[in-house]
Parts: sequence; C-alpha cells; structure tokens
Amino acid sequence: MTGLELSDVSYSYAATGRKALDGVRFSVEPGRFCALLGPNGAGKSTLYALLTRLIVAPQGRISVAGYDLARAPRAALARIGVVFQQPTLDLDMTVRRNMSYFAGLHGLSGRDAAVAIDAALDRLAMLERAGEKVRALNGGHRRRMEIARALIHKPEVLLLDEPTVGLDAAARRAITAHVHELAETGPAVLWATHLVDEIGPQDRVVVLHRGKVLVEGGAAEIASGSTLSDRFIEMTGAHEEVPA
Amino acid sequence: MKAWMTALWAIVLREALRFASQRGRFLAALVRPLVWLVVFAAGFRAALGLSIIPPYQTYITYEVYIVPGLCGMIQLFNGMQSSLSLVYDQEMGSMRLLLTSPFPRWWLLFSKLLAGVAVSILQVAVFLAIAAALGIELPLLGYFAVLPALIVTGLMLGALGLLISSTIRQLENFAGVMNFVIFPMFFLSSALYPLWKMQESSALLRDICAVNPFTHAVELIRFALYGQMNWMALLWVVVAFAVCMLGALWGYDPERTMMRRKAR
Repeated sequence: MTGLELSDVSYSYAATGRKALDGVRFSVEPGRFCALLGPNGAGKSTLYALLTRLIVAPQGRISVAGYDLARAPRAALARIGVVFQQPTLDLDMTVRRNMSYFAGLHGLSGRDAAVAIDAALDRLAMLERAGEKVRALNGGHRRRMEIARALIHKPEVLLLDEPTVGLDAAARRAITAHVHELAETGPAVLWATHLVDEIGPQDRVVVLHRGKVLVEGGAAEIASGSTLSDRFIEMTGAHEEVPA
Repeated sequence: MKAWMTALWAIVLREALRFASQRGRFLAALVRPLVWLVVFAAGFRAALGLSIIPPYQTYITYEVYIVPGLCGMIQLFNGMQSSLSLVYDQEMGSMRLLLTSPFPRWWLLFSKLLAGVAVSILQVAVFLAIAAALGIELPLLGYFAVLPALIVTGLMLGALGLLISSTIRQLENFAGVMNFVIFPMFFLSSALYPLWKMQESSALLRDICAVNPFTHAVELIRFALYGQMNWMALLWVVVAFAVCMLGALWGYDPERTMMRRKAR
C-alpha cells in the first residue's frame, strides 16, 4: 500500500520529558479521507510537525507514497501537500504571487507552474480571485487558497491540520466538502480535527488522545449504534467544542 | 539543477517584493547612513585628524573615510533586518512553508541569505550614488570592484543574522540583538575611526576591534572601493561566514530542533 503509513512513532519533548506521541501507528490509503480526531493537546500538531519533517522522530517510521521520510526526505516531502493550522500567507501579495512562490519552492516555474497554479485554483473555485491581494480575501477564501496551493505539485498525500479553525459555519462546511471531493480524486488525505461534524460516515477515523491512538476504523464502525460524538466523548472524556 | 535555481529565484523574488513594498524600511536603511555621513561626519571632521593610511594615497576628509564603514553599516543592519524577518516568519508560520520544501535545508537557508545580500547591495548602491551627489566621489573602478566585496561581506553579515534568528523564538527578544550585537559590532570596528586612533586611547579596545569580523568586512569594502584587495580581511570575512553559516545550519537542523523546541 502507498499513501501514508506510520508505525510506532513516538516523540518526547526534551525540555519537559513529556511524551507527546507514544507508539502511534496507522495508515491512510490513496483516495481515502482520514480524520485524525483528538481533543486539544492530543498531539495532533506535533504529529504534523513530524510528518512534514519540521522535527524528526527519534523512534518509529513514517512512509509517504512509499518513501521513508527519514531515509529519503526529499522524495517524501515532494509528495506531500500541507495546510498548517496557522495561515502561512504573504498578505500583501496577490493570490497568484503566493502560489508562484510555493511552486518555486517545489522547483516549478514558467508555463508548467502557470498551468499547475490555474488548475489548482480552478479546482477550489478560486481562479477568478488570482489577481487579488490575500489581505482582501475573507477567512474562507484564504483557506481555500492555501488548499489550492498545497495541490500545485500534485501531492500523493495531503495533510491538513485543523484547517477550519476560525471559520464560520458556512465556510467550514464548504471547505470540508471540497476536501472530501478532493480525496475521491486520488490523494490520501489526513485531516486533523476536534470537531466530529466534519467527519462523514464513510470516512476513516483515527482517534488520538494523550499521544496514543485509541481506535482506528470507519466512522460508522466506531460509532457502532451510538453517535461518533458520543463515542468520542466517552473515549476521551472531552466535551466537543460547539462549532462556530 | 534548474529546479534548484527555480527555488532560489522564488525565494529571492519574494524577499525583493517584500522589500519593495516596505518603503519605510528602504527609507530607514538610507537615512541612517546619510545622517552619519552628513551630520556626524561634519562634526567630527575637525576633531578627528587622519593620517595617510592604506588604501589612501593622500590625506582624506573624514566623510571619505567613513563611507566604507557606512556601506558595512547598511549591510549589518540589513543582515539583522533579515534575521528579524526570519523570526517574524517563524512566528507567522511562513518559515514552516519554506522548510517543508523538498530541497535541502542548507540550500533553502542559503537562498534566503542570498536574497538578503541582493537587497543590501541595492541599498549600498543607492547610498553610494547619493554620496557621489554630495561630492564624495570614489575611483570609477572602485564602484565595480566593490561588488564582489559586498557579496562576501553581505553573506557574512547575513549568516550572522541567520545564526541569531535560529536562537531567537520571539520578536520581543529582538531588542537585545540591537544592544548586544549591532552596536558593539559597529562601534568596536574601524568603521568610524582607524585602529591606530583607537590604540591611542586603549590598546585593549584596539585588540577587540582587530578581532571583530565587522572591522575586516569594512576594510575589505574600503580597499575594494579603491580597486585593491585586502587578502587578510577577505580571509577573516570568509572564515567568519563559514562559522556563522555552520552555526545557523546547526541551529535549523530538524534533529537538533527536536531536542530544544516544542512543536507549535
């Protein structure tokens, strides 16, 4: 299987010695939407920092599209598209300039880059805003732009770390639907969230709590007669935040 | 190789566009050395007599003496400004985007460095043009010969900024850089007074100035502006660049990062 595979990934903070991740093991197949569901402080952002090699895992193995992130980091990173929880945009540059910068960071230039940028913006219905400055966009459009940017180099694995934080209900629903559609076109999608209503019954779910995977499986299967929300609270003791 | 150059160009272009959009930064970068040149030098020219020292062939005015030091000052401030912008990028998340590029981290950081050097050379060029308009003219050859010197000194001062940015986590801590890096480096150098003048007041201060890499950056620029090469200064600057760059790469190493930082 390609897509994303993690086995026995652990990580501790040197300063406190606290174990942020403990033997995390799961996989996401190509074409699947997998929700990494966990309350605040579960270790989701630390896991994303490891998956994008901002920090290195001392233990365990991470494989991206068949490439070991530790042994072949360049090949693995070239196949990852990422949307961080915190926006990473140049507000005073246009949408297209932001996209071109990112294309350049992946070695794409000229006509190849222009075609890839147009296709990615079109996919997220953002093409008509290509000439606008990012500062002029609302939160939902900025997020869509960031997702489009993550698709420029046609990644095989798409990582999104709580991408709907700070968005209103309509924008949240639209972006969640967009990414579900994207997953059907090929990439393995890992979507970190603590909001159960962003997960569909067909989605795969990994519940992360205090750095450990509590359960992994289909959303409907995990809910098993109850609701996913109730099961989540039952497993983690967390009370889901009321969506904005 | 084309892809590597594409990444470099993307990073340089982003920095150039950001700089172009920050008119205040450009103005401040020019006003600072011009105030020194026009106001400070005017007051000091009578107080500070200068003897004939290499590379000068004759007596020179104080304004002429401090031009290379002010070129260095522009690059020093620019290096720190780039460092500030890196800390800002870390806080705003843009650094994450850069570091998740598939190119090696050293290449990404070196590209950032080159972008800062390009911006600093643009500032020095405008400064030298204004200085010439004010009557401080240099040999024509010097305007061309100084370019490679500015690239080397810019790389060294930029690498220092990069090293500092790898140790600073918050913008608020940046004020300390002004007090503990920029001011000592600038004042304990040959930018404002020749080392033999410093020797007259304190041998210890003179020795400190002599080992300050910024002194050698200024001397490299000074000699280049007169079409001459100061090999010793070049050696100092290259060694200082290598040390700072290796330190910065160590500071940004993801395996070391793991030991120190909490993932945000």
